[in-house]
Formats: sequence, structure tokens, C-alpha cells
Amino acid sequence: MSGVRLLVGTRKGAFVLTSDGKRGRWEVTGPHFAGWEVYHMKGSPADPNRLYASQSTGWFGQLIQRSNNGGKTWEPVGNKFAYEGVPGTHMWYDGTPHPWKFARVWHLEPSLSDPDTVYAGVEDAALFRTTDAGQNWEELPGLRTHGSGPSWHPGAGGMCLHTIILDPKHPNRIFIAISAAGAFRSEDAGKTWKPINQGLKSEGIPNPTAEVGHCVHRIAMHKARPDVLFMQKHWDVMRSDNAGDSWQEVSGNLPTDFGFPIDVHAHEPETIYVVPIKSDSEHFPPDGKLRVYRSKSGGNEWDPLTKGLPQRDCYVNVLRDAMTVDSLDSCGIYFGTTGGQVYGSTDAGDNWTPIVRDLPAVLSVEAQTLQ
Amino acid sequence: MIRIRVLLPAHLKTLARVTGEVQVDVAGQATIVSVLDAIEASYPMLQGTIRDHVTQERRPFVRFFACEEDYSLAPPNTPLPSAIAKGTEPFLIVGAMAGG
Repeated sequence: MSGVRLLVGTRKGAFVLTSDGKRGRWEVTGPHFAGWEVYHMKGSPADPNRLYASQSTGWFGQLIQRSNNGGKTWEPVGNKFAYEGVPGTHMWYDGTPHPWKFARVWHLEPSLSDPDTVYAGVEDAALFRTTDAGQNWEELPGLRTHGSGPSWHPGAGGMCLHTIILDPKHPNRIFIAISAAGAFRSEDAGKTWKPINQGLKSEGIPNPTAEVGHCVHRIAMHKARPDVLFMQKHWDVMRSDNAGDSWQEVSGNLPTDFGFPIDVHAHEPETIYVVPIKSDSEHFPPDGKLRVYRSKSGGNEWDPLTKGLPQRDCYVNVLRDAMTVDSLDSCGIYFGTTGGQVYGSTDAGDNWTPIVRDLPAVLSVEAQTLQ
Repeated sequence: MIRIRVLLPAHLKTLARVTGEVQVDVAGQATIVSVLDAIEASYPMLQGTIRDHVTQERRPFVRFFACEEDYSLAPPNTPLPSAIAKGTEPFLIVGAMAGG
């Protein structure tokens, strides 16, 4: 029997939400790792019971937890993230050089084919990989040592590598994104990297069309069409039809084009979702109305989805990894808020229901479709 | 070999799956670093949580107390008081108070 498992990372622990294919009733377990920040959890596409979680605090640093049974039990695995060689400096907020220093793992991306291989995006920005189920992590230093590294600078949340996309049709191709350096692509499994930011325009940097320096918030891809990428930048929603070689703005009629998450419908590659946020200094929905916007044309033409979502006095945020879709026949879409709600829709966003209302601030939501 | 009593902060007790105090065996003199080495050898999951994996520096929000004295800023090879070495007092690893 089919079902859905939602992996929810919060400011104070992790939660696992499970439902059958009807998605009407949910079992909630947790908090796992109570009191710790869980930036991200994700399951292996090759083995849905193999889960990985990034657990951290300012007190005790970074841990990685692994589950072999779908989140029922967890065990800590390797947590040593050491940069290759002398890491050097990147740019600080004030433009001065600042030493590269590991802070936390923002995103875990398990391999599409091997449950023991996982990529980790970290702050200060770098890409790590384990091939032994998390026991040992090694940096793929070609990204950080790309010639532009010393000019990268942090976004407000830190200089984080937050997006990792593995191309299902080109096994050696990886996309990543960094706040605030931009998007990069590797064609050789992470050895070398190319910035892919042509067409991005960011008013907050000295050269608005620079090759690097853009605050990309998230990138999404439909697995059937990996050359098409969608991006929520700091401001602007963007689209690329050539694997990132160039980008065009598709913000269209959005009430504001600032935001964090962006995702793609599981069965309709031209149907995409964003959550417009008022501005970079006011991280809440415009007019106190929590609205997901959906475009069925790959951007430019957007419709608000409001049924079941609060349409007054709502001032939560939805963070970059906190939106996800399942792949059941009627595509489910889910997102979590900084107010601790996780909302779900079983009809591609037409109608929404709160699954839980009172979790700690939600940092990430990932859906697993269970067969 | 001397046996040292150690009190871990709550989060690290949960991580190490222990309750109450733990005891670790230290060869030679009881110093900050010898006690930390012994803790990490007995409880590998604590590696990197008390001191940085690479630099071996104490994490900024972690403090070390012994016999009502603060050893947080003492050099790693500083000998601990005899009451710690004799096991009459525990070595305290404390998460700095913050967040209130």
C-alpha cells in the first residue's frame, strides 16, 4: 500500500510524519534529537528506509544521524568536516577577507543509486561527500577552490551551500547553489565547476550582472527534464532551459518576487510553486496572507493558492528547504513555516490542510513517497 | 591508571546514551586534555562536540569546571586538582548558559 513520509527538521528537533496514500490522517513521531537544530533530513532514493539528518547546535557543533529503518531509530555517524588543505579566505559582509570556517551542514543529498553515498552542502560553503554511509566525509575541493572563491560572501544566514541537485540523466552532472555566490555546475562528478549565473541581475552587489556573487535561494528541477531549472533568487524567480547556461526572469505577476523555496509538480514539469515573501527585511507574506503561487506555464503567469491557508494576520516565513512534493498520482505538496505549521495539499495545491500546527520553527520538509 | 568522574551536559548524555556521571580511565596525569582524550575514546560519538575535530580547541559555548574553579581558559595540559584525580570530585563539562 502506498504512503507518504514527511521528514521535518525544526529549530528544536526532528519529526517524522507518516500517512497512507489517502494522506488524510497523519502519525507524528518526535522530537528526535530534541533541543538540537535539524537543518535538513533526507531519505535515499535507492533505499527509502535509509535516512540521513543534519543535527547541530551552537554549543556542541555538528552531528550527522543515520536511520536504517525509516526513522524509527537513529545512530550518530561521522561528523568530521575538514576542508581539504588550507582553506584560505572568502569575503566578509564588509568586504574584508574572512577565514573559511566550518559551521554546519545545511543540506544532505543522497545519491540516486547508492544508499551509502551522500553529498553534504555546508557553511562556510563547500561540498562534502561520504561513500560509506556517513562514517567519513571528504570535501570535493574543486568547488571551493574555484578561482572565484575569495570573492564569495555570506548571505544573512551565513555563507551556505544549500542546494544540491543530482542530474538523473547525466550521472556526472551536479548543480549546487550558494548564498551568496550563485549557482555552479559540474560535469565531472564534482571535480571541476563552472559558475552558471548568466542572466541573473542582483542590485545589491557592485556589478549587478557579475559572474558570481548572487544570492540564490533555491533551485528546483523535474527529474524528467533535467536541463530545465527553476530558481528562487533573493529577488526574482528565474528559469533556465539549458542547464543553467543562461537564465530568464519569470516572476511575471507575482505580488513580490522575493522568497525562499521553489518546487516543481511531480508529474507536470511546467507546474511550479513559490511562496512570495514581502521583502528581504520583512520576512513574512504580503498583507498577512499566506499564499502559495502556482504557475502552470513554467513561470510568468501565476495564480494564488489560498484555500485552507490563513488569509489574515499571518506573519510566518517559509524557508528554502521547507517545501516538497510527493509523487502519488494526485501530486501532494507540503510546506512548513517558521510558526511551526506544516501544511499539506493532496490536489496539487488547490486545497490545503494543516497536518500539524505547533511544532518548533520548521527549517526543512522532505517528502518520501512509499510504495 | 586513574579513574576520573565526569559530568556531561544533558545533550551530550543523551548523545552518549548515559545517565548520571560517567567514569573514564586515564593513564598518567589527569589533565584537561588527558580527560578529554579518555572521554572521546570511551564515547566516540562525542568527538567534535566538546572540542573542534581539527583544531582541538574547546567549543566556545562549552566550559570546564573542577573543584569550583573554572578551567575553561587553562592550557590543555594543565593538571587537574588532586580531588579530581582521586575521584572524590567530578570534572564538569558544562554548556554555557545562553538563550534565556
